[in-house]
Amino acid sequence: MRTLATALRLTVLLTFLVGIVYPLAVMVAGRVLFAVQARGSLVVRGGKVVGSSLIGQSFTSPRYFHGRPSAAGSGNGYDAANSGASNLAPTNAALVAAVRARLKAVLAENPGVSASQVPIDLVTASASGLDPEISPQAAELQVARVARERRLSPEAVRALVWAHTRPRWLGIFGEPGVNLLTLNLALDRLESGTAAGSDERSHRR
Amino acid sequence: MVRACLDALRKLDPRALIRNPVIFVVEVTSLLSSAVLVHDFSRGYRGLIPFEFQVVVWLWFTVIFANFAEAMAEGRGKAQADTLRRTRTETQAKKLAEDGQLQKVPATSLRRGDTVLCEAGDIIPGDGEIVEGVAAVNEAAITGESAPVIREAGGDRSAVTGGTLVISDSIKVQISANPGETFLDRMIALVEGAQRRKTPNEIALTILLVGLTIVFLLAVATLPSFARYAGAGTTVPMLVALFVCLIPTTIGGLLSAIGIAGMDRLVQHNVLAMSGRAVEAAGDVDTLLLDKTGTITLGNRMASEFIPVGGVALELLAETAHLASLADETPEGRSVVTLAKRQFGLRAPQTGQEQPKFVAFSAHTRMSGVDLGSRNIRKGAAEQVIEFARQLGGAVPPELAPITDAIAREGGTPLVVADGPRIVGVIHLKDVVKEGIRERFARLRAMGLRTVMITGDNPLTAQAIARESGVDDFVAEATPETKLKLIRQEQAKGRMVAMIGDGTNDAPALAQADVGIAMNAGTQAAREAGNMVDLDSNPTKVMEVVEIGKQLLMTRGALTTFSIANDIAKYFAIIPAMFMAAYPELSALNVMGLATPESAILSAVIFNALIIVLLIPLSLRGVEYRPVGAARILARNLLVYGLGGIVVPFIGIKLIDLVVAGLGWA
Amino acid sequence: MFWNALAQVGLFSVVLLPVTVVLGRYLARVFSGERTALDPVLRPVERLIYQVSGIDPRSEMTWAEYAVAMLLFQLVGMVFLYLLERVQAFLPLNPQRMAAVPADLAFNTAASFVTNTDWQAYAGETTMSYLTQMAGLTYQNFVSAATGIGVAMAIIRGFVRRSAKTVGNFWYDLVRATLWVELPLSLVLALVLLWQGVPQNLDPYVHATTLEGAHQSIAEGPVASQEAIKYVGTNGGGFFNANSAHPYENPTPLTNLLELLAFVAVSAGLTYTFGLMAGDTRQGWTLFGAMAFIFLVGAAGAIAAEQHGNPLLARLGIDQRASALQCGGNMEGKEVRFGIVQSALFAALTTDVACGGVNAAHDSLMPLGGLVALLNMQLGEVVFGGAGAGIVGMLVMAVLSVFVAGLMVGRTPEYLGKKIESREMKLAMLYVLVFPAVVLLLAAVAGSTASGLASLSNPGPHGFSQFLYAFTSGAANNGSAFGGLNANTPFYNLLIGLDMLVGRYLMIIPALALGGSLGAKRALAPSAGTFPTTGLLFAALLVGVILIVAGLTFFPALSLGPIVEHLALMAGKTFK
Repeated sequence: MRTLATALRLTVLLTFLVGIVYPLAVMVAGRVLFAVQARGSLVVRGGKVVGSSLIGQSFTSPRYFHGRPSAAGSGNGYDAANSGASNLAPTNAALVAAVRARLKAVLAENPGVSASQVPIDLVTASASGLDPEISPQAAELQVARVARERRLSPEAVRALVWAHTRPRWLGIFGEPGVNLLTLNLALDRLESGTAAGSDERSHRR
Repeated sequence: MVRACLDALRKLDPRALIRNPVIFVVEVTSLLSSAVLVHDFSRGYRGLIPFEFQVVVWLWFTVIFANFAEAMAEGRGKAQADTLRRTRTETQAKKLAEDGQLQKVPATSLRRGDTVLCEAGDIIPGDGEIVEGVAAVNEAAITGESAPVIREAGGDRSAVTGGTLVISDSIKVQISANPGETFLDRMIALVEGAQRRKTPNEIALTILLVGLTIVFLLAVATLPSFARYAGAGTTVPMLVALFVCLIPTTIGGLLSAIGIAGMDRLVQHNVLAMSGRAVEAAGDVDTLLLDKTGTITLGNRMASEFIPVGGVALELLAETAHLASLADETPEGRSVVTLAKRQFGLRAPQTGQEQPKFVAFSAHTRMSGVDLGSRNIRKGAAEQVIEFARQLGGAVPPELAPITDAIAREGGTPLVVADGPRIVGVIHLKDVVKEGIRERFARLRAMGLRTVMITGDNPLTAQAIARESGVDDFVAEATPETKLKLIRQEQAKGRMVAMIGDGTNDAPALAQADVGIAMNAGTQAAREAGNMVDLDSNPTKVMEVVEIGKQLLMTRGALTTFSIANDIAKYFAIIPAMFMAAYPELSALNVMGLATPESAILSAVIFNALIIVLLIPLSLRGVEYRPVGAARILARNLLVYGLGGIVVPFIGIKLIDLVVAGLGWA
Repeated sequence: MFWNALAQVGLFSVVLLPVTVVLGRYLARVFSGERTALDPVLRPVERLIYQVSGIDPRSEMTWAEYAVAMLLFQLVGMVFLYLLERVQAFLPLNPQRMAAVPADLAFNTAASFVTNTDWQAYAGETTMSYLTQMAGLTYQNFVSAATGIGVAMAIIRGFVRRSAKTVGNFWYDLVRATLWVELPLSLVLALVLLWQGVPQNLDPYVHATTLEGAHQSIAEGPVASQEAIKYVGTNGGGFFNANSAHPYENPTPLTNLLELLAFVAVSAGLTYTFGLMAGDTRQGWTLFGAMAFIFLVGAAGAIAAEQHGNPLLARLGIDQRASALQCGGNMEGKEVRFGIVQSALFAALTTDVACGGVNAAHDSLMPLGGLVALLNMQLGEVVFGGAGAGIVGMLVMAVLSVFVAGLMVGRTPEYLGKKIESREMKLAMLYVLVFPAVVLLLAAVAGSTASGLASLSNPGPHGFSQFLYAFTSGAANNGSAFGGLNANTPFYNLLIGLDMLVGRYLMIIPALALGGSLGAKRALAPSAGTFPTTGLLFAALLVGVILIVAGLTFFPALSLGPIVEHLALMAGKTFK
């Protein structure tokens, strides 16, 4: 009985300490030190939140670089309030069928591209359904299309892609990735001729 | 052999078999599959019958082979027990009644405290202590050694054992054990394995084996559910076959045989362990306490050198010493004669016409010698002989003291020789270390045992003997209590201690030691206190005892490892066979290329049964022990029984499959 | 590609070594009450906690008393968490107006978080209020791990003490593990994660209008604080459904490395602590070596399997080869920033360490990659293992190894000078038996009932792997999943809840008893005949015993799951 009382009192004390004080302390520290990140690295254009640089979103227009297939939420995916993967097994016929369909769509959208140029990440769903990035190869095969659609030189588009490519950490860890939201934003900017960063800023309150 | 076969069948009785849980489980599952076989037969599922019948037969063989192994091990003991039992029957005792009258009574009516008279030609009717007299006793019935031994009242050689034969003289023996509790009875029970209880380690191992059996029961019992998901069917004989192959039947079947064989090996070495626990403990011994006398040294000091003083010729000294020792029947005295004989060929005493008058050694004078006419020759402890010479007006040569001191320092005993007033020299008496003892200690050291010599000698002497014999440590000026204290000290340091003893005052130490080996020639008290008795009374026997203890554990460990390692091959035989119909891809796991699913399963079951029989010789003989350090032994055994256990069944099952498929059994 | 993979795994492993030593030393100091740099801040808090709770930190407990205190504390925590989930709708810090968690799911989640499993039959961003995440789940992230660490300390004390009746004080161990170990490590990690982009706020979900004009609702929350303890305490329960694949939980390769390091650190450090307490650090390194070997072999296997890619997709002509422009391999269910190596490494280590946090969808791993994950858990979570639970499991395996091997050198087996006798074997076997028993029996139930099979999302052998994985993960207190399985049904919530409770407490109790039993023994001095429990030979033996015990137990099941799936895949077969 004494032990139970101790357990109860300790539960209350520790809940207060690590369940309330600790998260709030981190929050205060975050607000002071890393205000943008603490709020979710939101990206604002024209006073409106257009997304988060960390969270992928759906791009279907040929003028934008397209991201990976997403299984997050229902419908077209990229539901940032309901992350998730397809969870299809490698031997599941549905996976093979889905990939086959996606491949077909990629090839149709990007004339002149052959299947062997399509990297695997562009036709497979990510683990979060919110992958903000694609591989440089997946971007490369879309350069011609985007350049054509936006009447830009492929070189200019390619340069922009490289500017938005995050390398491996220390050149070793992880894989390079092209952040689609920032890349596509830059594309829009390039086309409209607005100065970089003038009306885009990270979201603060 | 025939008896073992019959016993193997008799042991099928589940009430007896439950002591061996793994094999008991095999029996239960064999019964189950037999029932299924009968059921299938009555339903007329003809197609299944030949395969199922063969599986069931081999399952039963598995049980029988395991029983056979135990019966074989017991068989050796039984034969010995029969011989012993013969000596026990129909002994008549001459009981001494209170009034001193002799009455003839059957030995079985004797009780503790009775006194009996045993004369030459009598069989001693029961265990006891000699209260009067001395006799030569033939203990061949117990030890197998026909040379008679001397037993006498008082001292450390007073115990006699029932069933032994008095050859000369007569003794009065006070009986110390009731019928049924005598040494002979215990020995019979022991070799027969009748009262065999599982030893602590055996119990622990059995727990491991039961645990593994449960694991495999779970793995196999849940398989039908998984198989159903896969669309595969499973039959009871198939599942039972898999289960029996997986559970550790090899070690389960041989476990008790290993234990019995270990005890039996001890008996072959004429050592009786009072419990299996003691045998196991022997394998763990770290420290071995040894009495110097009789164990490390021959027990007697021997003359090794004559050192003349005062310008006396060496030969004269030898001759004088020889004369002084002629009538000295002590081992020391005889050794002086022997040395003189060897060095100078002295033989017939040149006593001339005068009648020699021998002076015997007494504790009071501490000298012995001879009076030849006017010559008073003496030898003895330095102090006393010097005193003797001085009284006769002699002088002490100045070099005497350094010589005697030097001898004492080396661990020897100086005997000073005087011819009347003239001190002629010193005899160097030396403790002689037994031949080969150094090598034995080296081997013990290699086995991981530390040897400690216990002696009543002064530290100087002890150190010299320790150096010469190669013992690791020594305790000098020891009293009987020292042993007990030392054992407690060692145990407090976390060491397992073995000790050998014979005297009554050894009893507490023998009881305190983790392994106490009593000499059979010792007192009854010592024999009661120890947990082993060496019938040969050979103190160096402890090495064999330790090795047998180790072998016992090693054999268990090796066969356990082998048994578990075997499972890998059995899985590769049975799993693809069971599920090939549902998933043809699984045939990739049929690495042995077994002919058909049925032959694969059958071959695994047959291998599992036959391996028990094939390993019976190993389990009776024991895995060989070599004192090369634990890490090397482990590496070697892991290689042989671990890796071997993985590889052997792959080959064995494949070979059996060739035969089974070739004969068209499946 | 090969060299890069080697560098990624190799450098990570190298960094782990100093972490093990430093943390191992620190843990030893903390639990023996020696001075540390944090004392000036933490001592007053500690004293206050003892005073208010009525704890005498100096009174030692027997193993049974320790177990009772631990169980009562866990029970209170579980009831508290359950109630919080049930009434969260009426409590503050719920901007998304999350409803009460249904009873079966609330039970499952409560069982999951107190047992340090953090199996999630729910998606965090659609189920839990911020208050539940903080005061319920974050709190349990702390104390379930602290309990594990405490139990480990008690058991280690049992192994190294001589002729002792007691194993320590549960409250003392719990408070110290929380204040001195978890809190500082979590604070530091949370700040680094924040810097890298992990959010920490109490905002409602953000409404974004995408570049194409669509509406996107972005989940927010106090993620960083929970993410940090999720890994420091080997919990693995994600703030979001996608767990550490979610960019908000694990935004960069750097955070991925830190999370990997964070969840293996305490478990690795405890091997060193054990060595220190046993008076011979080689004892600890030997366990560490055996763990590291299994981890590296598994990681290498998983990386190779995933990098090889899916032959069925290769047939479509898609490029799965690694190059400078893409990582190739099996990218279904993986994130670009992690690629194959960081994902497979994570999958292997999170299943080695009973962490369960994932940065890839395990359900979509290649059959052999999935096999590594599944087998890692089936090894009994002894390869580093959960905070505290790992070293305990490893010590039990050491006792088993010593028993069989010790016999082979011809001595009554002993570990750290303590004889392993029938009582110890009984407890060790009990510990070893619980896990396969609960996994196999529950999987058999699921395999033969309609409600069990209804939740499967993948056909063929992979469907079997899904529920086998679920029960394995639950009993191993891992928490990772083949996520396609619809686990949020009364059937699975109940069974897996049971699975986790049994896998935790029915294993901890015999292990505590084993510690108590060994602690009461006198220790024997080593001699030349004593079989050394340090060095390569023993490590190899330990690895062999661990692999064989698990392999023999689960081979039939595995052969019907990932093994046959792999063979079918190689034969070009798909399942519908």
